[in-house]
Amino acid sequence: MTKYISSTINHFILSIGLLIMVVPIWIIFASSTHSSLFINTNGLQFFLGDNFIDNYSRVLFKQSGFFNEITALKMFLNSFVMATGIATLSVITSLMAAYGLVYFKVKYATFIFWLIFITLLVPLELRIMPSYIVMSKLNLVNTFAGLILPISASAIATFFFRQFYKSIPDELLEAAKLDGTNSWSFFIDFLIPLSKTMIAAVFIFMFVFGYNQYLWPLIMTTSEQYWTVVMGLKTMYGSISDRFAFVIMSMIPPVIIIIFLQKLFIQGIFQNK
Amino acid sequence: MKKVQFKSNYSQYFFLAPQLLILLIFLYWPIIQTFKDAFTMQDAFGFGSQFAGFDNFLFIFSDPSYFTAFKFTIIYSFVITVITGSIGLLLAVQANKVMHGKSAYKTLLIWPYAIAPAVVGVMANYFFSERYGLLHHLFNNLWGFNWYENVFDAYIYVIIAGSWKQISANFIFFLAGLQAIQKTVIEASIIDCKSNIRRFWTITFPLLMPTTFFLIIINITYAFFDTFGIIDTTTIGAPGSETKTLVYKAYIDGFKGLDLGSAGAQSIMMMIIVLVITIFQFRYIEGKIHYN
Repeated sequence: MTKYISSTINHFILSIGLLIMVVPIWIIFASSTHSSLFINTNGLQFFLGDNFIDNYSRVLFKQSGFFNEITALKMFLNSFVMATGIATLSVITSLMAAYGLVYFKVKYATFIFWLIFITLLVPLELRIMPSYIVMSKLNLVNTFAGLILPISASAIATFFFRQFYKSIPDELLEAAKLDGTNSWSFFIDFLIPLSKTMIAAVFIFMFVFGYNQYLWPLIMTTSEQYWTVVMGLKTMYGSISDRFAFVIMSMIPPVIIIIFLQKLFIQGIFQNK
Repeated sequence: MKKVQFKSNYSQYFFLAPQLLILLIFLYWPIIQTFKDAFTMQDAFGFGSQFAGFDNFLFIFSDPSYFTAFKFTIIYSFVITVITGSIGLLLAVQANKVMHGKSAYKTLLIWPYAIAPAVVGVMANYFFSERYGLLHHLFNNLWGFNWYENVFDAYIYVIIAGSWKQISANFIFFLAGLQAIQKTVIEASIIDCKSNIRRFWTITFPLLMPTTFFLIIINITYAFFDTFGIIDTTTIGAPGSETKTLVYKAYIDGFKGLDLGSAGAQSIMMMIIVLVITIFQFRYIEGKIHYN
């Protein structure tokens, strides 16, 4: 009997949690399926309307923005290119750097270690203005390279890979050395296959991180051709139901990734513990 | 570092080079520029500049709006950490106990973690708009809610917008932390202590300490830096500049006000704050908790 009561309480508390986390998104979604006129007179809606296809297709394909030069579809493409670029670049460079740090005798090892990890203290938000000046000196404003490179300049992924390598037993390298494996083939044939879960987790983390960037694209893109979804939200003009539809669409890619790959993601992050 | 390593003269640099190169160009160059800006005074038209010593720092210390932003950032990070940490822990404990529907609860509670802060801000905007906003109407009926005139109401607005998505992050990590506690420990404690609540505070919670402190740091960094997108899409610092975080103020002063010296000095002050928090974490907290 007490077991029943306590399990009921568990479910009750969890349901309240669900309400808090899910209802706001549901209301915006339900409202996005009504016409703007209806929203303007009746406010936010709990129940679905019948303008779903109208609203969403209009938002996806209509030219919008201040100069009417971009569609939401193009913004999604831009966000995708930016997020993939950030994730790929930081996985590759961090995987290599962590390997260099853990598996080699390096001159000035402590210095290089600090050179890399002290950067964790300086997120992009702290160097936003000088970063913009550097990027304009390098002629990278309004390019994908400009959107990708400064965000990839992060040691978070290196930190994860370093922890992971350190947890791999020394015997692996000893055995490989006896077989005459050189450093390059040890990296390619042994470490990378072993790190698969970790690589996937870091890739997901960096992809979502990259896709969700707001401030940097806002500053780096004066041309509407390079607008991304998350920054486009604030600048997008349109009727109220168009904006609701765009908000809902903007969260779909990262949410799908997290929902379907949550196991991999959590496993990867907690592998080092 | 490994005991067994490769001995090579060059190949380690091949592996380190790509990351170091990117960090040097896109991180160290701007940071050096930040330090240069912080110690330079530029004239209003950007024609000339001269070495200013600590003038920019003295200027921000004598600026009341800097202290407003400082105060708000501290309150904001504290409140967000407490709210999201306790709700996240409460939900994680329940989700860890239930037999049925565990993965459904988990998926639906993890979901908002993936949503960008700026998107959350835009959503919050609708719930707090005078025209459509459900929460605006609710609070307005309760006590005459008006966030663009009343500081307290503006705080509520940005705290709700800022906490919502972060509950998910706390939930994920607390749940993973709970699942990592060995079953035998819990079973043994059930024999010794019948009270659920007492058992939680004396056995489970101390075992969760590493996760808790990890999350405190995560939440503080979130409130400092990631909430930029939330502030910029909700109050934009309103009523006056009472809801500007330090990061938001540095951005406004540097990018909108074109005062590079002040923005640089503010950035350096924030680096110092982050450094102090990190040192505090390593010195006092990491040493005092027990890892299982």
